Amino acid sequence: MEKFTSLTGVAAPLPMVNVDTDMIIPARFLKSIKRTGFGPSLFYTLRYDEQGKERPDFVLNQPAYRKAKILVAGTNFGCGSSREHAPWALDNFGIRCVIAPDFADIFYNNAFKNGMLLIRLPQEQIDQLTHDAENGANATFTVDLESQEIRRPDGGVIKFDIDPFKKHCLLNGLDDIGLTLQKGTKISSYEEKMKAAQPWL
Amino acid sequence: MAGPRTLFDKIWDAHLVDQQADGTCLIFIDRHLVHEVTSPQAFEGLRNTGRKVRRPDLTLAVPDHNVPTENRDKGIEEEESRIQVEALTTNCKEFGIQLFGMDDIRQGICHVIGPEQGFTLPGTTMVCGDSHTATHGAFGSLAFGIGTSEVEHVLASQTMIQTKAKNMRISVDGALPVGITAKDMILAIIGKIGTAGGTGCVVEYAGEAVRNLDMAGRMTVCNMTIEAGARAGLIAPDEKTFEYLMGRPMSPKGATWEMALTYWKSLPSDPGAKYDVEVTLNARDITPMVTWGTSPEDVVPITGHVPDPKDIADEGKRKKLERSLAYMGLTPGTAMQDVRIDKMFIGSCTNSRIEDLRAAAVIVKGRKKADHVQALVVPGSGLVKEQAESEGLDKIFTDAGFEWRDAGCSMCLAMNNDKLKPGERSASTSNRNFEGRQGPGGRTHLLSPAMAAAAAIKGHLADVREFN
Repeated sequence: MEKFTSLTGVAAPLPMVNVDTDMIIPARFLKSIKRTGFGPSLFYTLRYDEQGKERPDFVLNQPAYRKAKILVAGTNFGCGSSREHAPWALDNFGIRCVIAPDFADIFYNNAFKNGMLLIRLPQEQIDQLTHDAENGANATFTVDLESQEIRRPDGGVIKFDIDPFKKHCLLNGLDDIGLTLQKGTKISSYEEKMKAAQPWL
Repeated sequence: MAGPRTLFDKIWDAHLVDQQADGTCLIFIDRHLVHEVTSPQAFEGLRNTGRKVRRPDLTLAVPDHNVPTENRDKGIEEEESRIQVEALTTNCKEFGIQLFGMDDIRQGICHVIGPEQGFTLPGTTMVCGDSHTATHGAFGSLAFGIGTSEVEHVLASQTMIQTKAKNMRISVDGALPVGITAKDMILAIIGKIGTAGGTGCVVEYAGEAVRNLDMAGRMTVCNMTIEAGARAGLIAPDEKTFEYLMGRPMSPKGATWEMALTYWKSLPSDPGAKYDVEVTLNARDITPMVTWGTSPEDVVPITGHVPDPKDIADEGKRKKLERSLAYMGLTPGTAMQDVRIDKMFIGSCTNSRIEDLRAAAVIVKGRKKADHVQALVVPGSGLVKEQAESEGLDKIFTDAGFEWRDAGCSMCLAMNNDKLKPGERSASTSNRNFEGRQGPGGRTHLLSPAMAAAAAIKGHLADVREFN
């Protein structure tokens, strides 16, 4: 897994609530058997019109935000389908960090498995960051995972919380399958125990 | 173990393989369902790292999202869909996983075939790369929807890394009025707690109205738990659960069945068990429900009206409402029963079981669909289809002008040819009314199978109680 230590880049504001994973990437774009190539389909319906032409008013189509690395979003971001194509599409586009008041559980887990950082903050701070992000190309944030800080364009700092295990995995780019397989003996003894206790399984 | 425990606590404790000091847990997974859309990258990951599937015997695969629901003998026309289904076949062969292929009568929507085969059992942990895995909670199985990286993790290790969710109980007290279904119940629940109302929680459904539901109804309720944002939904197993499972192909048999039964009976929550969140509804207040907007929480009784943004004080919520209404092409104050539909869809993992088809057929029998409506009936599995045909339900539907299709996810998410055109409006028994869910620009109204049938006949959303 790719490491996440510190990220400096333009932040794009998307102040919509309940952005679902169908909105992040519609089902018809899930037909690839690869993990890559989903970037052009990110936010497809918001981003393109019926003819497939870019909608100029959508934030990621505006010159200042075309290379955004951070997204500041509304509450319950990533709700709905469990499709990991949603974080893949964000990642493929170049967005490695999403900041919102809250995320849907499955999306939250999926993003971290891809070395992305999701940050939960109270609505007040989201409002401040959204305001910062609306300044376009000047709205460069630095997100530092080690110190758990977001540095705002005006030099101000916002601290954030993160689960220590997730932080450890991100900082070191750890493949959690590898970590789990180190516990192979524990898994085997669990299997043995259950074979006797619940043979119907 | 100290103190009274909930059903969720009991299943969780019984599956703990390891717990780190920071609270991160490794839990064992008893059952894994695999389908074609969210698995190819997981198998590729195994191949790239030289890993094997740890327990192919606990894994069952089926193509469902992409499969055509007509002319199946001609194969899959669209290349990308075909490649995905073929990749599943190849992967299952390579890794030794049992597969119900497209030509197998047992093929169907993964969340329909799990229970149907007795693969789903009480007290188990279950996962699938699909958010509607919560369905299996109807049997008292702790069932999580997961992403592809987690699919790979489970294939490789038969475990999952998780922190324990909170306990939430939703009680529906009293008896449902006549003609009110499980779908109306879950839509009412989501309308009450909202689409993020269950975030971070495992929900246990309880109360008289829940106990009174048959297994199909319980599956409908648990299925849509994810639409309230919860990690999983559960209903305590009881005699109905055991009766449903007895004799299923993969259910335990003989002495093992008796042994399992004893364990399953110990699973219901202990008296006095603590819940972090409690919500109560009165069943008598529930009416036939329908959605008006683009989130499953946007519900209203069929006798209600399209809401007015002017009545909303909060700016964010007002903007969302305005956006939904513009997308849905609806005017505030319109009576829901005046909303004309173009298509009707009975199907999906929420409502495609034999009981759902029977409920719709009661309304359809001896009537005709409205001329302008296209009505699709898509059974949840080949076996559901066979059962329905043996009861003559297919004839009732086709006599009324409905189309009788083969099993799959179909127009729930429009990955095959079954979809809405831009601007078209559906009455749909599926689970999501998100923008574009049933096709780009398509407009979805969620409702029960009987209500969908009523809408197809009238040509507009209609109150099923007027059909009785």
